[in-house]
Amino acid sequence: MGLDFSVVPSYFGVLLQGMGLTIAITICAGILSFFGGIVFAVAALYAPMIIRLPMRAFAFLFMGTPLLLQLFLIYFGLIQVGIDLPAFVAGVIGLGLHFAVYNSELIQASILAVDKGQYEGARTLGLSRGQTVRRIIIPQAVRAVIPPMGNNMIALLKDSALVSVIGVMELTLAAQQAISRTYRPFEFYLAVAFCYYFINLALEAGLRHVERRIAASR
Amino acid sequence: MTTSFVKIKNAAKSFGNLQVLKDINLTVDRGQIVAIIGPSGSGKSTLLRAINELDPLTSGEVWLEGVQINRHLPPRQYEAHVNQVRQDIGMVFQHFNLFPHLTVRGNITLAPRMLKGLTEAQANALVEEQLTKVGLLEKIDEYPSRLSGGQKQRVAIARALAMKPKVMLFDEATSALDPELVEEVNMVMKQLADEHMTMIIVTHEMDFAASVCDRVLFMDQGVVVEEGPPSVIFQNPVEERTRNFLRKHLARNGG
Amino acid sequence: MDTELILRVYPFFLQAAVVTIQLSILTTILGLTCGALGAAARMSRSWVLRAIGATYVSIFRGTPALIQLFILYFGGPQIGIQLDAFEAGVIGLGVNIGAYMAETMRGAIESVDKGQREAARTMGLSRAQAMRKVILPQAMRLMIRPLGVNINALIKGTALVAAISVVELTYTAQRYIGSTYKPFEMFLLSGALYMIIIYVVGIGIAWLDRKARIT
Repeated sequence: MGLDFSVVPSYFGVLLQGMGLTIAITICAGILSFFGGIVFAVAALYAPMIIRLPMRAFAFLFMGTPLLLQLFLIYFGLIQVGIDLPAFVAGVIGLGLHFAVYNSELIQASILAVDKGQYEGARTLGLSRGQTVRRIIIPQAVRAVIPPMGNNMIALLKDSALVSVIGVMELTLAAQQAISRTYRPFEFYLAVAFCYYFINLALEAGLRHVERRIAASR
Repeated sequence: MTTSFVKIKNAAKSFGNLQVLKDINLTVDRGQIVAIIGPSGSGKSTLLRAINELDPLTSGEVWLEGVQINRHLPPRQYEAHVNQVRQDIGMVFQHFNLFPHLTVRGNITLAPRMLKGLTEAQANALVEEQLTKVGLLEKIDEYPSRLSGGQKQRVAIARALAMKPKVMLFDEATSALDPELVEEVNMVMKQLADEHMTMIIVTHEMDFAASVCDRVLFMDQGVVVEEGPPSVIFQNPVEERTRNFLRKHLARNGG
Repeated sequence: MDTELILRVYPFFLQAAVVTIQLSILTTILGLTCGALGAAARMSRSWVLRAIGATYVSIFRGTPALIQLFILYFGGPQIGIQLDAFEAGVIGLGVNIGAYMAETMRGAIESVDKGQREAARTMGLSRAQAMRKVILPQAMRLMIRPLGVNINALIKGTALVAAISVVELTYTAQRYIGSTYKPFEMFLLSGALYMIIIYVVGIGIAWLDRKARIT
């Protein structure tokens, strides 16, 4: 059986829809992982012990196990406790939480690296501890880790392929559907790889743009 | 008539076994300018940082205009109290501590807008007023990274002044600057002196202290060794330790 | 928490963990090989090799590992490559992680102080000699920890072969979640095994790193 790429164009619409969903899930999970990362980091550093300890356990578990396993846990676990989320939402939560943990580690280190003078400068103006963290420390800490968080975002895009296993109709699952009708796995997976590569390039260009803008304001 | 404005009573502080401040008493009148000099490690910065509770005293009292700054209060109330009194105490640091993620305007308006509820128009008027005073109006929308050290420090002074403080603390404000940038900051401080701002200045610059200050304190090993008008301290110190310090300082810095 | 169930099924998870370990070891070996070749190509003086190296790194880092695995396993027979799931898993994951390792190695080599190369060259060493005798020994020490990070990701990445039905830890967990409806127990059981593997590997990496620092 040789290769025949002529079947691919007729599934163009299906793949395009899958691509749209891949982009949507990447953006939604990316936003969740960004703000989740900030919340986790602040909680890990400033929250009382009773919140901090379970958070540490959660981070430990999520950093030590495969994303695929976590997706199974969230999807089937939520059903178990009676929450039947659409696959898309479960996928966004799984991907978002997974990368929020990684972002949180970056932000925590960055918060601790903010010059002590910044804290003192703000406190001597009369800002409270909370105001100082919110307005002075967090903005600086987050800016400093935009490049590595961008790398996490790129990893997130590629890992979004995994949510196909819990039934999100994104690019990978769209390809599988086409394959189940045409028996042309090589052609479709290659086409899909090309799509991912393209989105990846666009995302990288976007991140470089953001980095340049932030560099200008420092 | 003079009123004691800033008052420090029996101040003591230790880090573990190390006593960095030992029973210090100091009163500063309204409009007075006091310089604190002494070798590094003498406790002069610690004393300054005790005034606004950055480094709280182990024992003793700090008062500003009849209000005790370091009152013993339950944690929550203490926080609120300290945040309140700090608004009346401007502080300028050796390393400026400008907020790099905010423009000059953002640095200066942050606290007035957050804590005093100024409108945007009021805040803008305030920035312009303060920046004009320090001669940096044209830098209003720059980020701190684009400024020279001297300019940064002038912005830091403007930021502190924007809170309309009752007293200004200067913690070696020119020590981190290249020599040619020191004068522009000194000029701004002199201008404040002419306006009768109450100031406490920790400094290594004896000439500046002599020309601007009403009183000079010489500290060594956590105690005030000698205090008096600059003419006495610099020309005719009584204490041996003061003489030694000044002689060494002169030898190191020339002129 | 259904401990009785955990006690009943854990032997199957241990068996699966052995498969995960085998996958991890073979993938690491292949990954390091591909990584070294990729790094050498990217730093070669020949522009053809540099282009090949750059393309390899860019393609394999720019697309999902899962898709690469599917192309190899499901698409392979169409171009005459017949592999069983385990073989496809090792090759797919190894070539994929190799692209990341190539960048790690190149980064370590390039972070060796320029002065080292210049000093070696002024002593009369050739480019290759300087690389072998001066640069690489120093770069080796620098790359142990970042390669450790790659290997850590690789171990978790072996879970992907569950999608081509290799009976390793994640596949086993998925199957038992489906048959027992106890997702938390199955997650904790397999998660604990993953973390033990990663922990042991982490100790090994730290030991290597310490040893490399002393010499």
